[in-house]
Amino acid sequence: MKSKFISLILIFIFSITFVIFFKGLKNSNIYTPNTNLKKEVPSFELKSFENNSIIISEKIFKDNKYYLMNIWASWCVPCKGEHKFLMKLKKDERIELIGFNYKDNFKNASSFLKDLGNPYNIIVSDKDGTASIEWGAYGVPESFLVHQNKIIKRFVGPINNKDLLEIEKIIR
Amino acid sequence: MKFIHIFLIASIILNFNLLNADEIKTENKIAKNLRCLICQGQSVYDSDSEFAISLKLVIKNKIQQGLSEEQIYSFLKMKYGEWILYDPVFNRNTYFLWLLPILIFLAGGAIIIKRFYNKK
Repeated sequence: MKSKFISLILIFIFSITFVIFFKGLKNSNIYTPNTNLKKEVPSFELKSFENNSIIISEKIFKDNKYYLMNIWASWCVPCKGEHKFLMKLKKDERIELIGFNYKDNFKNASSFLKDLGNPYNIIVSDKDGTASIEWGAYGVPESFLVHQNKIIKRFVGPINNKDLLEIEKIIR
Repeated sequence: MKFIHIFLIASIILNFNLLNADEIKTENKIAKNLRCLICQGQSVYDSDSEFAISLKLVIKNKIQQGLSEEQIYSFLKMKYGEWILYDPVFNRNTYFLWLLPILIFLAGGAIIIKRFYNKK
């Protein structure tokens, strides 16, 4: 009777452990950030891309407008892919595009913009990538939709047509 | 005279490193406890990805600003979530994870003690 009870408990513990680990197998082991966030815009003080003047975040996101903060680099291949969508977005007057030039050199970045067009209203350069960490970014390209000094949506990876429609839906 | 010059220049160069040994130790300790988000199975300390290089720089800056180890962890947790920490926090989701080994250990110990006394 007693040994039966012990084996029943053992089977019970084993099955619970099995179920938990089995469910755990299906969990993603890749970092998946929260894309719907209502976080304050982190303040920064960065050099302008065109000249070396200092630009502060409070000065950029001051209006009651929508802003798309896009982290890009000339060495990043997916950035080339998303560029045409950013150019489309540029035509929309309700939104301003802010470029975050990530760990890039001026010459390559300027020729990138010369070849593909410049969709950005303001570009700041994040030479060592530390400002992007303050935004919670972990790669290029990455974009943040900002409204009233809050990040309302985050787009990890290149912007595509679906994202563009979503942005248009939000800013409508 | 020349020797003094060389000595002075060398000491000035060596003092350019603003971090002292303790700070470098803490910096490495923190970087080893962080998961590199884009390179699986590597810590930030081990990784040479752009993200990890920048993150190490952020840690260094935060230490120089006088933030404690705990403050740096909570800053990164706020930015990237709990996933970035290798050491899982003790909360509702992780009770099982933390307590199961202790339970198994106690149960195993109880079985061994029981067998031992039965034999006697």
